[in-house]
Amino acid sequence: MSDEVRSQRDLVPGAVLDGFRLEKMIHKGGMAVIWEASRPDVSMPIAIKIPMIGEGDEASSIVGFEMEQMIMPMLSGKHVPKLFGIGDITALPYLAMERVQGKTLTEIAGKLPMVPEEAARLAARIATGLIELHRQDVIHFDLKPANILFRDATGDAVFVDFGLSRHAKLPDLFSEEIRVPMGTAPYIAPEQVLRNRTDPRSDLYSLGAILYELVTGEQPFGSPDSTKGLKRRIWAEPRPPRTINKDVPEWLQEIILRCLEPDPTKRYASARQLAFDLSHPDRVPLTARATKTTRAGWFKVWRRRRFKAIPKALTTHAAPQGVNTAPIVMAAIDLSPGHEALAEKVLDHVDRILSTQPEARLACVNVLKTSLLSVDESVDEEGRNIHLQHLAELKHWARPLGRSAERVTFHVLEGVDPAKVIIDFATDNHVDHLIMGARGHSAARRYLGSVSTQVVAEAACSVTVVRLPLTDEDAAAS
Amino acid sequence: MRMRTALISDIHGNREALAACLAHIQRNPVDRIIFMGDIVGYGADPVWCLETVMSHCEKGALALLGNHDEAVFKLETDMNAAALQAIEWTRTKMSNEHRAFLKEMPLLKEEGEILFVHASAAGPHTWPYVIHTRDADACMRYTTRRVTICGHVHRPQFFHAPDGRPIEAFTPPPGIGMPLLKGRRWVVVLGSTGQPRDGNPAAAYSVLDSETGKITMYRIPYDIESAARKIRAAGLPPRLADRLFTGS
Repeated sequence: MSDEVRSQRDLVPGAVLDGFRLEKMIHKGGMAVIWEASRPDVSMPIAIKIPMIGEGDEASSIVGFEMEQMIMPMLSGKHVPKLFGIGDITALPYLAMERVQGKTLTEIAGKLPMVPEEAARLAARIATGLIELHRQDVIHFDLKPANILFRDATGDAVFVDFGLSRHAKLPDLFSEEIRVPMGTAPYIAPEQVLRNRTDPRSDLYSLGAILYELVTGEQPFGSPDSTKGLKRRIWAEPRPPRTINKDVPEWLQEIILRCLEPDPTKRYASARQLAFDLSHPDRVPLTARATKTTRAGWFKVWRRRRFKAIPKALTTHAAPQGVNTAPIVMAAIDLSPGHEALAEKVLDHVDRILSTQPEARLACVNVLKTSLLSVDESVDEEGRNIHLQHLAELKHWARPLGRSAERVTFHVLEGVDPAKVIIDFATDNHVDHLIMGARGHSAARRYLGSVSTQVVAEAACSVTVVRLPLTDEDAAAS
Repeated sequence: MRMRTALISDIHGNREALAACLAHIQRNPVDRIIFMGDIVGYGADPVWCLETVMSHCEKGALALLGNHDEAVFKLETDMNAAALQAIEWTRTKMSNEHRAFLKEMPLLKEEGEILFVHASAAGPHTWPYVIHTRDADACMRYTTRRVTICGHVHRPQFFHAPDGRPIEAFTPPPGIGMPLLKGRRWVVVLGSTGQPRDGNPAAAYSVLDSETGKITMYRIPYDIESAARKIRAAGLPPRLADRLFTGS
């Protein structure tokens, strides 16, 4: 029988800790040591993180472990390591979890700068992971290249180190007990510096800072080492990435600078919307950010600091706001002649849904049905490009909604099976609510099945099907 | 061994609320029930509530004494007019057997690192309220147990303090297992089953899981109209009926 671990002194290869056999130490940092371990009933490799908490240690390291101990068991899914056990903080605290088979972002990125498109693809995977994390009511608050891994098998992003994280429904021990900003200097969001730990958009800021570093090789604001230094940079702007690396496309600069907006309300409203833009480079709505070549001068920065306010921590118990209130709404529109009334009614429904959710992002989709047999016909007899024509019609359809360019995108998709195209788009883009029309009431449709019937049956999101009222002619026909 | 304990506090003669919580427990079974005091008072069904508790106690449940339970057999009581009027009415409904059961109920129960008490460790028989951190601080100083679980206030709140650092408080959202972190001391103030005062009119009860060290509060909707109608019909102060609708 191997030796039972009773204190940190007993941590040696072969020792047993609550049934976990320690194999070898794989990391030793200032805050924690990590051991590779095994347990007979667990087939995957296990990592045991043991915080170094000693006499006279700072309260923050204990609180960090307590937070992680509370939050990790509440998380599930492929974007977090699976948890196997938690050690008693009054005896020997530890977290036993899946040792993720994959590399950290630091390792994957290698020598910076990265190829911008490649960096954007990684960022899209991170943003997709954040959708899932935020959906589970958790804000990470310490995103940095060392805390993000990518699974070898699937490429999925995995987040580790929840020591600074916050769960919307659990008490935030940090805002209660710790009076200094908690985070990692180059990536910490301005509101975190001001000790506001309620906004999921803080994670989007950190992802923006990471993406900035990946494509420029520089950290947007360096690495201030004091609270004072951090506060000084709150309203500052980073050098536009394109002035450092001319290969950064405009759409990517737009995304990065939008993530790095000091005012959280000017960033993406949700990880969902950021992931959407990262996966649709050609649909990123470009603003002045995209082509910026200079940063704001000292006067402008001073004015902002003087006249604007970053939301500070109002009360220490404020619950995170808006974790899921910024959805993606998808409207699938049929633009074929004869269905104008239906399209108008869909518009009316979309308008009503958006009016209750001003932060929502709208994706307008039209499907061009292609035939399996015929040769691809991209130009009709009048020589107009059908694709562009449909795009114009989609935009025309949405104009009455009066959405700003940042809140609406247009997509003309092609496919043999329109229902499948719609369902796939909704799934790939984490759509929350899909609105579409159902054509007619004919008996044939009822028996053969319609596009909307299939979408309702198979889509993972909420679906609203809009119909025109039954007319006498319809009634006669059926 | 894992033990799940349902904690039912401050029933206050509200049959509909108690029945709804017990039905919820039946669908989500626990290993035992601890009734945390104040079975009677305010509500119009003291007999049904008390007899229900008594029958659960025969099957292994535990019932602690609350100040309203005590007031049934103790004549000098420190209560406001409405509460006193309700207690005087309640006394007329109680049999000798009921009174005997109430007199036998213990003030507290100590088990491992937990103290169960209706009001506070700072005065199990003088009924102080744990509302502010200073009340929780007093409670912690009067017991060596790491965790105190109590009721009496009708507003759920968790107080916690790591060694040597100030006490913090938070309001637990329903349905989430709150870990009673081991490195800290806790005073858990439970919500009320029969007369919630935290703005949520749904009946409250909680479940303590000995294995996970978590406590989960449930909020159970119940037939408030009937409970309120019976209070009015009994001639009790109408305010006692009205407040059930708002949970105030």
